[in-house]
Amino acid sequence: MKQNQSKARKRLRASTDIAVTVLAVIATVIVVAPLIAIFVYLIYMGASSLNLAFFIHGPKPIGEDGGGMANSIVGSAMILGIASCIGVPIGIGGGVYLAEFGRGTRIANAIRFTADVLNGVPSIVMGVAVYALVVVPTGTFSAFAGGVALGIMMIPTITRTSEEMLLMVPNAVREAALGLGVPNWRSVLSITIKTASPGIITGCMLAFARVAGETAPLIFTALGNENWSLDPHRPIDALPLRIYNYAGSAYVELNRLAWAGALVLIVLIVLAVSLVRYVTSRGILKGAS
Amino acid sequence: MGVGIEVTNLNAWYGANHTLQDINLPIPANHATALIGPSGCGKSTFVRCLNRMHETNPIAKVTGSVRVGEIDIYADSSPVEIRRRIGMVFQRPNPFPTMSIYDNVASGLKLNGYSNRKALDEIVERSLRDAALWDEVKDDLRKKSGASLSGGQQQRMCIARALAVDPEVLLMDEPASALDPVSTSKIEDLIFQLKTQYTIVIVTHNMQQAARVAEKTGFFLNGRMVEFDSTHKIFTNPSDKRTEDYITGRFG
Repeated sequence: MKQNQSKARKRLRASTDIAVTVLAVIATVIVVAPLIAIFVYLIYMGASSLNLAFFIHGPKPIGEDGGGMANSIVGSAMILGIASCIGVPIGIGGGVYLAEFGRGTRIANAIRFTADVLNGVPSIVMGVAVYALVVVPTGTFSAFAGGVALGIMMIPTITRTSEEMLLMVPNAVREAALGLGVPNWRSVLSITIKTASPGIITGCMLAFARVAGETAPLIFTALGNENWSLDPHRPIDALPLRIYNYAGSAYVELNRLAWAGALVLIVLIVLAVSLVRYVTSRGILKGAS
Repeated sequence: MGVGIEVTNLNAWYGANHTLQDINLPIPANHATALIGPSGCGKSTFVRCLNRMHETNPIAKVTGSVRVGEIDIYADSSPVEIRRRIGMVFQRPNPFPTMSIYDNVASGLKLNGYSNRKALDEIVERSLRDAALWDEVKDDLRKKSGASLSGGQQQRMCIARALAVDPEVLLMDEPASALDPVSTSKIEDLIFQLKTQYTIVIVTHNMQQAARVAEKTGFFLNGRMVEFDSTHKIFTNPSDKRTEDYITGRFG
């Protein structure tokens, strides 16, 4: 009798195990499926419009062949470069303050709350705000204004992930440094941040990928530009803006270019993220966990 | 060469918790001094007061005086300065996970701006030899992460790291409690050799360990130091009833 019972239990345990595994696999598939679907669809719609001209020419008048998005790609790179220069140092600095210096203080709680609210601000609002703060005083739409808008959007994500990653560094590591007579600031810079750096870099990449596709904040700041521009004080084009303009166009050829642009945008984001990961993962030692 | 430590009327708090009460203790130079006592009796807090690690906790407080050699560490010195003169080995090995073995050992010097490569090479080798780890790691000093070593090796590396800054005193907070018996006996051999050059204060739960490595032993109970005497006397003929109860295993 008892043996039967335990056998039944064993079977129940085994089937529960299988059921949970299956559920987890299904969930994973559901997560990955949209990504694959989007990618496949983009290739299907956009790949045919990709050619050399796409990458070396700017927009051409309607009806003329060989228009591309070179200026938008360069513009996006410029805006994102400016945004990273603003968002990454401020974001990491904020995270370091929250985790290492301001732990438990009122100011830290206020900063954390502000970062969470900032994270929830709709991107169009960010665009309008930067319009008022940068575009109006300088009197012109510009790459710089676009970079400021995206940079501010990067800050809360980077701050919060940096804080989380730094808090995961065991206190024993901090004590080891202090116990050697290393000043606190040096220990934070050379030990704690370095130990948490893989996570902090992931946070930065996440923020970067998120703002790379933003369109709304750029409408009021970078504006867009049909022509080549490398001047940060002038309006500039960006891939999401170009895609937005072309996707709504009445011309089929422009619609096709929009698809191609979307494909290029995603591929470039993946490439940028992978490149940073590759560069930063070199030099990490064998056996380090 | 090591220096002696003179502790006078030391009191320590964690918040409202009075964890150390009126400790007076002379720690002799170039000897090993063991601190024993049940968990929570304040012995770890005590050693953390000797290099001002206690105050890194924001709710901690200390009063009294600790003289290391000629210096009152609370009156005449900054925490950073004093920690360079008083090395510490912690209960759990705590290597810097992103650093190679070499960088771990050199870290105390490098992080304080010391960068003479040749001298660093020599110091790293000497420290690892002193910590009895050199032969096991000399072939992959720069290739392997400090975190990839075994627990016992990591702890000896942490000892080498503490020795590399050339301290006068070495504080060891249960340095072998997370290690297996073989590693433990290696650490004990090491303490035996090191105490000719350094003043060593070792906290331990293991009374045999105290008996093996230390000349002097202090018994702590409930935040007070009950008895301090030669190790031989403490273990064979203690003057206090509570010490006797503890070492004969009647409590704790």
